[in-house]
Formats: sequence, structure tokens, C-alpha cells
Amino acid sequence: MALEVVVRTRRAGRARASAVCLTLAVLCFAVLCVSLALGDVTIPVFDVVATLFGGGDAGAGYIVTELRLPRGLVAVLAGAAFGLSGAIFQSLTRNSLASPDIIGITAGASAAAVVALLVFNVRGAGVSLAALAGALGSAAVIYAVAWRGGVSGYRFVLSGVAMAAMLTSVVSYCLTRVEVHLARDALAWLTGSLNAKSWDTATTLGIGVAILAPAALVAGRWLTALQVGDDLARVQGVHVERARLGLLAVAVALAAVATAAVGPVAFVAFVAGPIARRLAGGGGPGLVPAALVGALVMTAADVVGQHAIAGTQFPVGVVTAIIGGPYLLWLLVITNRVGRGD
Amino acid sequence: MGELRGHDLSLAYGSRRVVSDLSIDVPTGRITVIVGANACGKSTLLRGLARLLAPESGTVTLDGRDIHSLPTRTVALRLGLLPQSPASPEGIVVADLVGRGRYPHHGWFRRHTTGDDEAVARALAATDTTDLAARTVDELSGGQRQRVWIAMALAQETDLLLLDEPTSFLDVGHQVEVLDLLTDLNHTEGKTIVLVLHDLNLACRYADHLIAMKDGRIVTQGPPAESVTEQMVSTVFGMPSQVVPDPVSGTPMVVPIGRHHTREYA
Repeated sequence: MALEVVVRTRRAGRARASAVCLTLAVLCFAVLCVSLALGDVTIPVFDVVATLFGGGDAGAGYIVTELRLPRGLVAVLAGAAFGLSGAIFQSLTRNSLASPDIIGITAGASAAAVVALLVFNVRGAGVSLAALAGALGSAAVIYAVAWRGGVSGYRFVLSGVAMAAMLTSVVSYCLTRVEVHLARDALAWLTGSLNAKSWDTATTLGIGVAILAPAALVAGRWLTALQVGDDLARVQGVHVERARLGLLAVAVALAAVATAAVGPVAFVAFVAGPIARRLAGGGGPGLVPAALVGALVMTAADVVGQHAIAGTQFPVGVVTAIIGGPYLLWLLVITNRVGRGD
Repeated sequence: MGELRGHDLSLAYGSRRVVSDLSIDVPTGRITVIVGANACGKSTLLRGLARLLAPESGTVTLDGRDIHSLPTRTVALRLGLLPQSPASPEGIVVADLVGRGRYPHHGWFRRHTTGDDEAVARALAATDTTDLAARTVDELSGGQRQRVWIAMALAQETDLLLLDEPTSFLDVGHQVEVLDLLTDLNHTEGKTIVLVLHDLNLACRYADHLIAMKDGRIVTQGPPAESVTEQMVSTVFGMPSQVVPDPVSGTPMVVPIGRHHTREYA
């Protein structure tokens, strides 16, 4: 009797998670198709789908695969990377506020990119490389500062917030010291944008995500074990510090490659995890749904930014900030009200 | 099978030494209860025995081998511990939380099997929590939650089970319930159980072997009937008392003597 109950409960949980993931994937694909259909020349969604599966006519094919698909893919991949990264950080630190855009990881990328742009006059792929290095460097410093014979989530978050503040001031300083047109270039990067993304960006990002996402899912086993506390995880045979370092490394790398590709798009990493966990239920870290929510938010935000107001196009980062800002406020309010501010 | 020993153990947090030169033989297949005043090092000893804390000096051995030299997964299959305040993931349902105890039985790519479901079902049945299986842990009462945590520790299916104050925060009814449950497990499955308890009288009643600690050392140990005396209570807790036979179990019962409300000692 007990066995039946256990099997039934587990199947119900799994069925819900699968249904949520499937729905998110379908939605994501649908929004991607819409984003590929819209533009100066509108292509029927049916033709877009046909093109993606190898059919369709040559003209539509060129517009979809050469002009629009790279941008769409970059949105999906970067969104998924941000979502995964945020979910790992939040679960690891048991803190919904701890996403890479709040605890100084993307701030590290921004500072490095702005310095590269404005001080060293770097352009193109060099900026992405600088951003990548900035994110990794910033994470390493935060980890070192937070280390006291081990790293607790709380100390990591606080060190990260302080780090973010310092790095943001570096960015501001650089912006005030240069010519206006240069500052505008830097600001465009800082807002986070999918404009002018080519197959080069899509491929580079694709390779990064193809390596890191499976690593994140495999390391997700540690994340699940760590959810019940360090002691219990250790009792169950987890090398806690090793696991935490591994997970942090993967999460930082994911945020870094995504930021290198599209800039520090605000709040995607921040909102994806909580939404995914709420949808999928079950109490697990919900990495797969978080990746899908991230991809969906990013793609949808870009469609809205590009096409919601005729004649005016917003960078994707503006739209995500409009969605994410109020959510952050709401989270701060409820966190303080129910005393869960640990 | 499952012989747990500490040899000349010294345990410290940073530079603060909590347990000094302590040797302990955990009686296999019995219930051992550790008692002592606050901050006497009993939880620390438990953590040291479960290799959560590397000893400053001395060794902990499991079947004669240094526990820190054994692969941590091997240890996890033999020895389980329920810490004082484990964290339950938000929104997790009982069956899933208990299933988390199966972690050491899984490899990197082997996930859930029928064997896992059976172990979880047994653990739920043993702790009388089958009815709660589909509820979320957040909505349970303190007593129910504690039974669920014990079920999780049981699902790990280890010969040795260490529990750090499993009855604190429970009312007396639930305390007795949890201790009865542990005794059942000891009797039916022959599990070796070590627990830290605050309530001396329940400790006397449920322990086969009682260890009293003070300032990081063992003051006395043995069957409660022999080891619990007025002298021992005064040494360990710094409190005068009278030890009388427990009218229910016949085990020693410690009646504290304070400054007030005493008829003949005032």
C-alpha cells in the first residue's frame, strides 16, 4: 500500500514537471517562430516553420535563416544560459535575490567590457572576450573574499553585492570621462541587445551552451543534495566544498558566455528560476524549466521590444528591465514581510 | 558489521577545542544515548563520529578503518545522521524528501529504481507517515516533520543511525513517539542507534548504553541503571538531585532539587 502511494506521488510530480517543460518548450518555439516571421518583410509563420524544417521558398529561406535566425537563436541560447545560471545561484545560496545580475557577476562583465571599449578602444569579439574575463575574474574575487574555510551562501551574496557596487562605479567613471558618442556605444552594450547578431555570435554562444548546459544538468545532482543543508549533504557522501565550487564555476561560466554574447540583459537570470520552480513544483532546483523560462522570457521580450510599438525599437534589455524591476520590488516586500530575509 | 569507534579524539571548531582526547566504542546493535549540559560537546562528538568534522587528533574508525580514508559514498551507505536543523526545500512533498535519503545509492547516471521506491515506502511505513506522502513538508506539524526527517534518514538504509536531538521542539507525547519508533527500529532491524537527548529521564528509559559528557570528556558510561547516580548528575549538570526508580519502567529517574519548592531540602 505504501509502495503504491510512493510510486503514485512520484509519478504525479514527474508528470507535472514534464508537462511544464513540454509546454514551455512549445511556447518558446512558437515565440521564436513569431520573431522570425516579423520584420521589414513579414513572412507567414507557416512558411517560417517550413523553412526551419528544410522546406519553403528561397527568398523566405534567406530572410529567415540568414537574417533573422541568428538573432532568434542567440535570444534562446542566452536566455537559457541566464536562466540556468540564475537558478543555480539561487538554489546554492537559498536566496531568490542571488542571481548573477545582482551579485556582481554581470557587473564584472560590464566593467571589463566598458574598460575595453572606452579605454583600450576594443571593438567586436574583443569586447565579448573582455566581458567573459570580467565575469570570471569578478566571480573569483567574490569567492576569495567570501572564503572562510568554506563559503556560505549568505557571505557570497553580500560580497557579491558589494562587488557589484564597486564595479558599477567603475562603469560610471569610465562613462563620464569619454566623448558622448563613445559613451553612447558603451551604453548600448550595457543595456543588452540582440541587434546585429550574426551566425558567428550564435555559433560561439551555441558551443558554450552545448558544453555548459549538460555540465549544469549533471552537477544538478549536487544541487539537489545540497538543498537539505551542508551537514546532511555531507552525510550522504557529497564533497560539499568541491560540489559548491563546481556548481559556482558552471553558473558563472554560463552567465559569462551569455553576457559576452548579448550584454548584461537585466533580470532574465533573476526571474527565470522562481517562475520555473513555481510552475514545476516538487521542491527541486528545476534547472530544465529555468532554462526554458529564461529562453522564453528573452525571446518574448525581444519580440515585444522590436514590434510592440510600430516604428520604435527597444533593446531587449529595456523590456526585461521593465518586467524584472517590479518583480524585484515585490520580492523585497514579501521577503521582509514574512521574515524570510536570510 | 558497523562497528563505530573513536580513538583519542580531539575535535575543534577553528582554534576552539570542544572535545578532548575522547575514546568511545559505540555498542553495535544497541541504543546509545549521549547526555550532558549545554555546550559539553555532545553534538560535536556526533558530528565527529559521522565524519562531518575532521579530528584535530585521533581517529574515528568504521569496522577498523579510518572513516576519513574511506570513500565518502561507502560511509554514506553504512552510516546515516540526522542533524539538528536540516533544511527542507520549499514546496517539496514528503515522499520526495524521504526519497532524497536514497542519494548515496545512486550513481551519476543511475537515478530512480523500484528498489528506491520500496525503501521509501518502508521508511514511510516505519515512521507512520504513509498518509502524509503526497503532502508538502511546509504544511506539516513539528511532530510530523520530525518523523518525516527520520524517515529520510531511514531511507538511506544504513546499519548505523546517528540522531542529534531528534526530540527537541517536540511536545512530550511526540518525544515518546519518536523514541518508541527508534526502539522499534533497533529491535526489528538491529540498527545501531546513537542519539543526543536533553531529557535525562527519557534517556535513562530508552538507552541501552548511556554516555554522560562534561567539558568535552566522557564522565561516565554504561547501562543507565549503573551509571546514573546522584553523584553523576551533580558532576555533569552541577545540580543536586534525587535518583529514584521510574515508576513505569524501573529505570533511574532523576528528580532535580532546586532552591524552591523543596519540602525537606530547603
